Amino acid sequence: MTPNFHLWLIPLLPLAGAAVNGLLGRNFSKRLVAFFGLFFVAASLAVVWTVAIRFWSLPQAAPHTEVLAPWIMAAGFTAHFAFYLDQLSLIMILVVTNVGFLIHVYSVGYMWEEGGFYRYFSYLNLFMFFMLTLVLANNYLLMFIGWEGVGLASYLLIGFFFVRDSAASAGKKAFIVNRIGDFGFLIALFLLIQHFGTLDFDKVFPAISGLPVETAGAGLLTAIGLLLLAGACGKSAQIPLYVWLPDAMEGPTPVSSLIHAATMVTAGVYMVARSNVIFDHAPDALMAVAIVGVITALFAAIIGMAQNDIKKVLAYSTISQLGYMFLACGVGAFSAGIFHLMTHAFFKGLLFLAAGSVIHALGGEQDMRHMGGLRKEIPWTFWTMTAATVAIAGIPFFSGFFSKDEILWKSLSSPYGSRAYWTIGVFTALLTSFYMFRLWFMTFFGEYRGSGSHGYEHAGHAHPTLASAKDVLAEIVVPAEFVSTVMSNIIERGGMVVSFEERGGITILSASVPAAKMVHYEEWLREHTNARGTWSEHAPDQQGKAEVLVRPLAVEHEHRGHIHESPRVMLVPMVILAILAVIGGYIGVPEALGGHNRFDHFLAPVFRTAAGALPAGTPATGEAAAEGTAASHSETIATAVSILMAFLGLFFAWLLYYKKRDLPDRIAASLGWLYNTVRDKFYVDEIYQAVIVTPLVKGSALVLWRGVDVAGIDATANDSADSARSLSDKFRHMQSGNVRSYAAWIAVGAAVAIAYMIWMGVR
Amino acid sequence: MVPLHYYLLLSAILFACGITGFLIKRNIITIFMSIELMLNAVNLSFVAFAAHWHVLSGQVFVFFVMVVAAAETAVGLAIIIAVYRTRETLNVDQVNLLKL
Repeated sequence: MTPNFHLWLIPLLPLAGAAVNGLLGRNFSKRLVAFFGLFFVAASLAVVWTVAIRFWSLPQAAPHTEVLAPWIMAAGFTAHFAFYLDQLSLIMILVVTNVGFLIHVYSVGYMWEEGGFYRYFSYLNLFMFFMLTLVLANNYLLMFIGWEGVGLASYLLIGFFFVRDSAASAGKKAFIVNRIGDFGFLIALFLLIQHFGTLDFDKVFPAISGLPVETAGAGLLTAIGLLLLAGACGKSAQIPLYVWLPDAMEGPTPVSSLIHAATMVTAGVYMVARSNVIFDHAPDALMAVAIVGVITALFAAIIGMAQNDIKKVLAYSTISQLGYMFLACGVGAFSAGIFHLMTHAFFKGLLFLAAGSVIHALGGEQDMRHMGGLRKEIPWTFWTMTAATVAIAGIPFFSGFFSKDEILWKSLSSPYGSRAYWTIGVFTALLTSFYMFRLWFMTFFGEYRGSGSHGYEHAGHAHPTLASAKDVLAEIVVPAEFVSTVMSNIIERGGMVVSFEERGGITILSASVPAAKMVHYEEWLREHTNARGTWSEHAPDQQGKAEVLVRPLAVEHEHRGHIHESPRVMLVPMVILAILAVIGGYIGVPEALGGHNRFDHFLAPVFRTAAGALPAGTPATGEAAAEGTAASHSETIATAVSILMAFLGLFFAWLLYYKKRDLPDRIAASLGWLYNTVRDKFYVDEIYQAVIVTPLVKGSALVLWRGVDVAGIDATANDSADSARSLSDKFRHMQSGNVRSYAAWIAVGAAVAIAYMIWMGVR
Repeated sequence: MVPLHYYLLLSAILFACGITGFLIKRNIITIFMSIELMLNAVNLSFVAFAAHWHVLSGQVFVFFVMVVAAAETAVGLAIIIAVYRTRETLNVDQVNLLKL
């Protein structure tokens, strides 16, 4: 007897939330929007936990499929709306719903003062729906729906501040780059359908298990594996498709945390792990996964060292950590990859939330060069961030240490592993530790480097102010018909519309505008909107009138003017995640460290085939079996090395960014072009632009547009229309409107008809 | 007995007269009469064939033609009167509102 878990509730509850907020939320109060947004995710979370507890209590935890409804049945191919629960998808839904719920809670605080509150929660719930569909799907097709759906949600949320041009184009970039990977994924699915006739996991994998391992040469499974890898590279931001993730930081910070760090970007890792049977039968594809992973880990870590934007550092760190997960999968240690995925979701989700809290405290400042000394101002943020930093840096006994160590050890000891992987991995661990502590020191230690602003001077507070001198937050009240003009003008002058709100024919734009141009704004607005303008620092009651009013908020709201700790609704999720980041590793302590690696054993049934499919008699396997104690011994040494690396990174960061603050600049100067190359991200975006985008755009414009479309297709249609028109132009004169000429035409016609009949002798 | 082709010849001549009148005359009344002439030319052919082949259908057709012609005359004259009232002319070349 199989129990019924009602798995369909898990994804569909957030969908209901998205529908409620998306369709009706416009008229809700913010409290109601937040309630619905949280309620449905919480309900889903509750279902997940009941499912998890019941699943654990099952005597034999076998994979469990629940068919919700038939979907496609055509020509022998069937796909159902069906959900698949095994140890792997259970871990995934636990991570997604728990971290997802915490970030929803955090978002309530973070987004409270932004416009489009209901829209934000609708998108966020929509994302949860698609992500849960992705991880619960029992076939590749439904997984693909989730896969595309999270891409859509990601696009919508990156471009959430769509009036900002950079946000809109970052959204497009993410979507388009992902499309390249999805192309590979789709081809892989087509190949699976062609050769196995089905996409259901419980049918495809047994069928593949029966096939021989493609050790001799590349074959079908290698092709499928490489194509799946292409898809995973897009979604999980691996070389060469990683370029979208740093740009995705244009989205609100909780979105970066949930989608672009904790959950969505790990979908590629999940997909590779889910397809472990395919990869086990295709060692070449597996090696490609490992190589992509290890190179990405190193490459992104190097770039991350030279970034000054706090979110960009975390973005490159995410790419690098995802590289680790790929490395783990690529050496056949899928459970280690998933373990790191989980701990990474905790600490990287938290890092972004803490970074968001810092940005929030500083009123939008993201440049670490303008931070510093914040640990006394925002202690909660500081301590949670510290927990996450030590976790990711691999300081012993925090979660990241266990998972990363597991990966590094597997990259050395696995039959697919090699010394090169391990060396690069360990070196990357050093870089990881360095750039994370660099961020930590730059943000929280030293003295505050942000500049004071009006708010500070006016208010006379001892605290430094949040707003950097160059920008002022202004509230501009405009009659509705001038909104678009004013908005485009703000953007033109280097300002940024933060939110807008409509109240009976009047729109209140909140905009961050260059302080120096504030006066010009007032002049311009008065001139172009024909309204009586007033410049006032205290004129909130005049909002009701249809007149131009530029009111700098930084002056008015003094609480924005100094650094402040985030509200409790943001801190509580951070604290919970911090606890998870600290203790999350203990469920999978590697055996060499005296643990039992319960995580590995729990996932073992899913990856059982992995061990079974290893080519028998591979030297590494033999050695490992023969020298079990020696392996454990060398694992201890490997662990010691990675601990050393973590502390070495900490030491260098301390030296450069705390002890001798002038040293980094001197080093950067002495490195010259090398430093610039790293700081400018190896010019990858520029290279892509030059090698791919520009030729594509030029080619499309010249050949496809001007050549094929205009000169070919359009010309055919236009010319045939033109010739028809000129022909008709000739015949048009027959229809003169003159009755007698009509009669003549009839007579001529009749005469011709009669003549023809006489001539041909028709009876 | 008058041979058939005499009737047909007369019919053709009458029809040609009708067409000629239709094409060259400008007065609507005259054009109208030309139409009647053509109709009656055809009627003549009908009855001639009917007599020649000893079948009644030709004569029946003639009755239909005459009935239709009578109706057409009634409507046509009404239209002509209406045209004259509005435009004060019966010259077809000046009745050309539909001309491009």
